[in-house]
Amino acid sequence: MPATPSQPPEPAAEPGEPVLEVRDLAKLYPLTQGVVFKRQVGAVKAVDGVSFELRRGETLGVVGESGCGKSTLARLLVNLERPTAGEVRYRGEDITKLSGRALKAVRRNIQMVFQDPYTSLNPRMTVGDIIGEPFEIHPEVAPKGDRRRKVQELLDVVGLNPEYINRYPHQFSGGQRQRIGIARGLALNPEIIICDEPVSALDVSVQAQVVNLLARLQEEFALSYLFIAHDLSVVRHISDRVAVMYLGRFAELGTGTEIYDHPTHPYTQALLSAVPVPDPESREGRERILLAGDVPSPANPPSGCRFRTRCWKAEDRCAVEVPPLAVPPAFQAPGGPAAHPSACHFAGAV
Amino acid sequence: MSCAEEQPAVPRLLDVRDLRVEFRTRDGVTEAVSGVSYGVDAGRTLAVLGESGSGKSVTAQAIMGILDSPPAFVTGGRILFQGRDLLELGEEERRRVRGARMAMIFQDALSALNPVVSVGAQLAEMYEVHQGLSRRAARARAVELMDRVRIPAAKERAGDYPHQFSGGMRQRIMIAMALALEPDLIIADEPTTALDVTVQAQVMDLLAELRREYDMGLILITHDLGVVADVADTIVVMYAGRIVETAPVRDLYRRPAHPYTRGLLDSVPRLDGDRGRELYAIKGLPPGPADLPPGCPFTPRCPRAQDICRTERPPLYEVAYGDAAYGDAPAKRTSACHFWKDELDARDAIAAP
Amino acid sequence: MPEPFDTPQAIAPAGGGAQALAATDTQALRGAPAPTPVVPAGRRGPGRPAGRAAAPRGLWSDAWRDLRRNPVFLVSALVIVFLVLIAIWPELITDGNPYRGDLSKAQDGPAPGHPFGYDLQGRDVYTRTVYGARASIAVGICATAGAALLGSVLGGLAGYYGGWWDALLSRIADVFFGIPILLGGLVFLSVVTSGSVWPVVGFIVLLGWPQISRIARGAVLTAKRHDYVQAARALGASDTRTLLRHIAPNAVAPVIVVATIALGTYIALEATLSFLGVGLKPPTVSWGIDISSASTQIRNAPHMLLWPAGALSITVLAFIMLGDAVRDALDPKLR
Repeated sequence: MPATPSQPPEPAAEPGEPVLEVRDLAKLYPLTQGVVFKRQVGAVKAVDGVSFELRRGETLGVVGESGCGKSTLARLLVNLERPTAGEVRYRGEDITKLSGRALKAVRRNIQMVFQDPYTSLNPRMTVGDIIGEPFEIHPEVAPKGDRRRKVQELLDVVGLNPEYINRYPHQFSGGQRQRIGIARGLALNPEIIICDEPVSALDVSVQAQVVNLLARLQEEFALSYLFIAHDLSVVRHISDRVAVMYLGRFAELGTGTEIYDHPTHPYTQALLSAVPVPDPESREGRERILLAGDVPSPANPPSGCRFRTRCWKAEDRCAVEVPPLAVPPAFQAPGGPAAHPSACHFAGAV
Repeated sequence: MSCAEEQPAVPRLLDVRDLRVEFRTRDGVTEAVSGVSYGVDAGRTLAVLGESGSGKSVTAQAIMGILDSPPAFVTGGRILFQGRDLLELGEEERRRVRGARMAMIFQDALSALNPVVSVGAQLAEMYEVHQGLSRRAARARAVELMDRVRIPAAKERAGDYPHQFSGGMRQRIMIAMALALEPDLIIADEPTTALDVTVQAQVMDLLAELRREYDMGLILITHDLGVVADVADTIVVMYAGRIVETAPVRDLYRRPAHPYTRGLLDSVPRLDGDRGRELYAIKGLPPGPADLPPGCPFTPRCPRAQDICRTERPPLYEVAYGDAAYGDAPAKRTSACHFWKDELDARDAIAAP
Repeated sequence: MPEPFDTPQAIAPAGGGAQALAATDTQALRGAPAPTPVVPAGRRGPGRPAGRAAAPRGLWSDAWRDLRRNPVFLVSALVIVFLVLIAIWPELITDGNPYRGDLSKAQDGPAPGHPFGYDLQGRDVYTRTVYGARASIAVGICATAGAALLGSVLGGLAGYYGGWWDALLSRIADVFFGIPILLGGLVFLSVVTSGSVWPVVGFIVLLGWPQISRIARGAVLTAKRHDYVQAARALGASDTRTLLRHIAPNAVAPVIVVATIALGTYIALEATLSFLGVGLKPPTVSWGIDISSASTQIRNAPHMLLWPAGALSITVLAFIMLGDAVRDALDPKLR
């Protein structure tokens, strides 16, 4: 990347090669009672057995409703939380067990863009300090005399005036702040950026600017994105592959076409049909699936298939057997867009 | 439909005319709402669409009479509600109208509900205070109301506290509170913004259904083009404290008459759009109330801007431009763009098969 | 930079956040130099010159620039410097002797060369007020600094790390909260025979830190929740760095407020303890001792109370104003 020309990129993985492999990742938050003698009375299963791989240069979108565990997943991937079980392999190395110097080295390659541009920037630091902080923490990336120039280059890369280096975050709008957050994430020349709802807090007309910026940066710097959002339209726009998450598990995983045009999991179908379409005419022809009720509490998820309490296809079997995330046997032979992993007993019957 | 000039025999449910709201702070005076006129009839839904800072919420607060003064002051215009100008009423009368005849639903239901009073009691209080019902009767009405907004097991849950409900259920309780005294007008300010997609659809459906059932007027304030498309009859688009376009919902989406509206429509990624293509993005940022450019406030971001736009503030032009091609009767719409005709034609050129 | 246009925040009960955000947009635009804030994509380029931006600044240098121009800060700082100077060298403004009394002039009013009059033992009130600054200011500043330092470090760490350390510290703080100040002072200080300021300072710090630590803990808990702390951790920032760069600057404001208000209380507390005979003892001169002894004579000789009490009020006010100015200077949003 131009911001750090002195740093040759590390031996690049081949396009399509996995850069991040996640296996059976789980995070449980214990629920405790008592003040002095705490005892565990249960656990919130925020993430409960998630496996996927992120390939080089691709964008994997993760969609789900609030409480589905998508933000916890993001925090696990950047090592802000330690998982209860499972592993996250970056270039073959399980980063969840790392600490100290080794962890710090990995952090250079996996960065994060946060949802709320109003709390993700320290209000008492200048923009120059915010974007320059990565260089202070990792002094080997840029020699001291070079840092200011690099910060200004980064500002330029994300489309902000490099002269704004001495300003404070509150002097910028939401969209501009999100650009500053992106510049901070880019500073260390990472390979992977975890975007946790990066445009949800922005105004409609500014969302498009930031989505375009992220797409351009990906091309320019060969980034891999994990793009978390609740907005299915945005995820569809930017993602190569999409995972649909429900109560800590992946319900369905596939390419954009597979998920959006040939969803096989009832939850995905319901989500898609609920998306408000900015076109009053198309709504008339649209069949809408109105889900009953709310997402159950992750502290007390339903047995078997997690979605069964809101599912119109649910049968007795769903309460007992946990459906695996697998390609339905009915589609395995013919292939085609319906042949993608889906965690529903009846995915093959669509 | 929102034009202030006509004088119908029967007064409209709500008719806002040339409303102006100022913020007076130690840094000076800025106009947050500059001459907004819109209206809604019983049984209809008016959507007010705009980004943050467009003045859409301030307008609604002025109608409700819940502006924080200071710093905000209504400096001009009229708010005719069932023929009476609310701005001429005394504080006491205004409060009576606000409680019983018009109600508001907020975005954040959790902070709008009292956390230490059970929801049943909060609903019952409305009846006890406004209708003088006995505690027992009020409780019964409250449960009835909860049932009405489809809260499952209403009777059992009436004793629960707000935090024990999910976001969607809390928003239903908010709706129930607004509905309690059977108002003629409900103003909903971003009622589904904080909710998940699947719950959003439930709540919008509920609102639309109740509006029909009670024959209320509904003003829906939102930034979400998708939500609006599903429920509104008429749409008002606001930008920088002004109305830039008014149109029946179909016309607006099919052929916007203002470049800002078109920009908004084009910048939203769509489920049926092209993937991977660069999104259309309106350049720049919305101006703040203190640094409005002269002329049309959208000029710095407008792809269609000409010299006249920089100097002359466009009035709300009447766009008498029926969509005959689609078999619609000519609809009444307005646009605050000098070049609304070109804008309409441009859409035609694209839409032409 | 003009003041931020922050009013709309106060207006909107819901969805109001959005209004406020837009208002901040205004700010960004208003102060923007010539090029538009959002640079079109095409304008980028690796070799683009860095521009003529001024030398990089930070929070502290900006705060200092701001303070130097703030009259409230200048006045209060001037008063404090003056007080500290006379505390160290009282001879600078008086050549009298605070101990020499002339009983024949007991409780007399102002006289030439003795503008503040005489006290019960015929000592010059002006001289005693000047000499009293030393003990009072020493107690005030040292006790506040000690309590603020101890309290914010312990409270800050408790808030940041949480867990058993937090529980333990909070309980200890509760125990100290439970000690009645006067009773504690009588017990603790009566075993100390020295009449100097240090036992008094030590006692006040001991009883004062829990208050500051509670405030600091709460402020750190609030600051810790913000995403920028997470962002720093995701970058690999150490705990020290996170605490010093991200949490401390955002948690310091309430500590400053409480500490500057406490300063006045501490000087008054010294007076009370002295009055009870367990604080400073003669021959030490302090405002507290003089106020205590004057309070019994308020009907006969109000001037005995007026001057030391006035000096005390001016001192407390100066520190509170200084604290306010520093707190505001550390908030970029108020610039």
